[in-house]
Amino acid sequence: MVGSRTCAHLLQSAAGVMIFAEPRFATAILEETDLAGMADAHQELERVVSDLLSRRPDIKRLFLVGSCPSEVIKLDLATMAKKLSKKYYPSVNVVNFSGSGIETTFTQGEDACLEAVIRDLPNDDKTQLAVLGALPDVVQDQMLRLLTDMGIEDVLVLPQQTAGAPAGVGKNTHFICAQPFLGAAYDEMVRRGANAIHAPFPFGANGTTEWLAAIAKRFGVEQDKFDAVTAGPKARAERAIAKVSETLTGRSIFFFPDSQLEVPLARFLSDECGMKLTEVGSPYIHRALVGEDLKLIEHNAVISEGQDVEKQLDRVTACNPDLTVCGLGLANPLEAQGFSTKWAIELVFSPIHFYEQAADLAGLFARPIVRSDLLNVGGAI
Amino acid sequence: MKLSVWTYEGPPHVGAIRVATGMKKVHLVLHAPQGDTYADLLFTMIERRNHRPPVTYTTFQARDLGSDTATLFKDACLEAYERFKPDLLLVGASCTAELIQDDPGGLAEALGLPVPVVALELPSYQRKENFGADETFYQIVRKLAHPVERSSEITCNLIGPTALGFRHRDDIVEITKLLNEVGVQVNVCAPMHATPDDITNLGRAHFNVLMYPETGETACRHMERTLGLPFTKTVPIGVSATKEFVEEVLGIIGRSAGESSIASRLPWYSASVDSTYLTGKRVFIFGDGSHVMTAARIAKEEIGFDVVGVGCYNREMARPVRAMAKEFGLDALITEDYLEVEAAIADLSPELILGTQMERHIGKRLGIPCAVISAPVHVQDFPARYSPQMGAEGANVIFDTWVHPLVMGLEEHLLTMFREDFEFSDTAGPSHHAAHSPNQEIVDQPASVTASDQGANVIWLSDAEKELRKIPFFVRGKARRNTEKYATDRGVAQISIETLYEAKAHYAR
Repeated sequence: MVGSRTCAHLLQSAAGVMIFAEPRFATAILEETDLAGMADAHQELERVVSDLLSRRPDIKRLFLVGSCPSEVIKLDLATMAKKLSKKYYPSVNVVNFSGSGIETTFTQGEDACLEAVIRDLPNDDKTQLAVLGALPDVVQDQMLRLLTDMGIEDVLVLPQQTAGAPAGVGKNTHFICAQPFLGAAYDEMVRRGANAIHAPFPFGANGTTEWLAAIAKRFGVEQDKFDAVTAGPKARAERAIAKVSETLTGRSIFFFPDSQLEVPLARFLSDECGMKLTEVGSPYIHRALVGEDLKLIEHNAVISEGQDVEKQLDRVTACNPDLTVCGLGLANPLEAQGFSTKWAIELVFSPIHFYEQAADLAGLFARPIVRSDLLNVGGAI
Repeated sequence: MKLSVWTYEGPPHVGAIRVATGMKKVHLVLHAPQGDTYADLLFTMIERRNHRPPVTYTTFQARDLGSDTATLFKDACLEAYERFKPDLLLVGASCTAELIQDDPGGLAEALGLPVPVVALELPSYQRKENFGADETFYQIVRKLAHPVERSSEITCNLIGPTALGFRHRDDIVEITKLLNEVGVQVNVCAPMHATPDDITNLGRAHFNVLMYPETGETACRHMERTLGLPFTKTVPIGVSATKEFVEEVLGIIGRSAGESSIASRLPWYSASVDSTYLTGKRVFIFGDGSHVMTAARIAKEEIGFDVVGVGCYNREMARPVRAMAKEFGLDALITEDYLEVEAAIADLSPELILGTQMERHIGKRLGIPCAVISAPVHVQDFPARYSPQMGAEGANVIFDTWVHPLVMGLEEHLLTMFREDFEFSDTAGPSHHAAHSPNQEIVDQPASVTASDQGANVIWLSDAEKELRKIPFFVRGKARRNTEKYATDRGVAQISIETLYEAKAHYAR
């Protein structure tokens, strides 16, 4: 990250204890002298990169992540990335994208990063399936097993686990997103001539089935084979969800905008867990991406795009939901007012996709409700 | 440009938020891009506050850049005023807004709000969190505090505690109790718990207690000049310091400094024979200047440790920390680079680290016990239980906290006597910290780049390796590195038992 002390402090606060596990990220903190002259800043960045790469020679791909300060002073990180790529060719590939708060919100960072990665991929006209979106390893393996069992062998998962592994995209690539916040990456794939597959996102038993079915249809998988592969895990997921959703059925839920996961998650909670949607807020709604999920919930929820936190808080108070999904800056203050909350960030880092995680996903929402029923000492201070 | 993963301090606007959040009826409008709202969760999660910090962010976006941001700022000010009706409005800019050069002070002034407005200058690219808190509080005092009539009884102000301060909540209670015992009432505690109205009444007090120099010193100096309020210079952490603090207070209020007794259990606990094994334990101390200086004194004079290294991350305190280090015969480590701290710790191989959450993790990596004495800290150091650092009870808390991570005396003997017995293997670590047992591989081979690279081509003969394992685990890492260096320097390719003891003799002082 090329930014200020604020950026470093944000990463540190958000990464929590992970910050102590020698993570492979760091901030080049801009200092007063860097703001004085631009040529200077470029030289400084070269020095910092050179120090870093000599300390960590295992790094094969270096992302220069733009921040609000670097963008406001118009530090040209894209040109720097090209220059550095040339300098370190072929051992290190340097890529630039923006993660600034003035341009991106939370998970849009992954989107901007993936878009930059796709832009660098060579052309390849072989027929293949590309799945977009970083997933926990265990979930990705489950997904690949299901696809293989349906007879779809040639699957490119983006991002790949190792930088520089062979990959290419082209006009015979059919792609589907596993995450709803990949609007820019989606658009980049379309620009590269790849063909989008549209489906609800793979949350819950129905979501996963629909998602797989859309791929199966595109790749001409026969219905019998599809049923044979999915019937077992689908039934298992439904059984598991049924148990957890006893707590959720009939309860109302309010989503603050955070990660763009809100629309598909709301679809899962209303469709498969029987929850009542009040408001579904999302920082940004990419209709081509979440359209299928949106269709299923539009009729029974207020959908809001963007944010005005004070007004949204007023609306929470007005509709008094049983569960409020929000960020950590709001969760405790709302709990102290007697609202049950589910902090949203956990939904990005927990394994929640596909059949085997369906009940865990429902469980994440059931837990705060179970807990507030369980505790009997009074919560507010 | 400086590459950094850990930062000991946040940017200065976080310091401003700490002051605003500590106070009541104050609202801060911060000109900042949308991502900067992350700072809220420090207060709602780490300090577990039950309300949102009183901060409105303008959350400008890329499309707003240009003349629009000034309008955005004015609208945010008006809306924040209408919604929260504060008695005092603070306005400032975060690092990005500093670059776009809207003038929050001028813009807010032009709105003609019916409450005082304090404009904050927070130089994000030069200064840090503690400066931000100190400066913000100073500006508030400068704006609102004016000479008023002294209270008839003897009163003082408590200056310096803020939101997100390490044990500030309980230190306030403990110091209030201590002052009450010598007949001094608290007039105002600020910034924590104070309203803007309280700030106007600071002058009623007879003197100020400067609890935390990092966040209150500039305001105290200002009040000394403009309100004629002397302020205390001793930070009452530790038994001796608390005694001196009481004497200082008595001196200020013109009472004779009699023999003040501090009802702490630390002196007896420390004197009891159970504590004998603590004598000369080698301790490394790092954190903010004030907590480091008080900790060093307690370590040396009240518990009997051997202080082998001290340092602080806030340059503002560099001078006094250096001076104190000199008295200990040490060179202070003044740095905000955790890699330097880690290298210093690895090199010294202390038996105990007193530091921040960063040092706690360094200690975990190196297999060295650690107790936390200073911010920055994680959520567990905002405890539910009463746990001050200051005063008599503070000294009790400190004794328990520092001794707890150490292997207990008898246990230490057993580990040395029966080191090859499976039940007493010293790789197990303290018996009461099952989860924190040091990983022997890490203890023996710290991942730092200090000396292990040089030793990489020296071979340990198995007898020597075995002998090395008989050396107490807390000095083993150092012994290994010293021996390797000794061998490399003399071109010895294989380390035998002989080499090991030659090296030991060589490095003995």
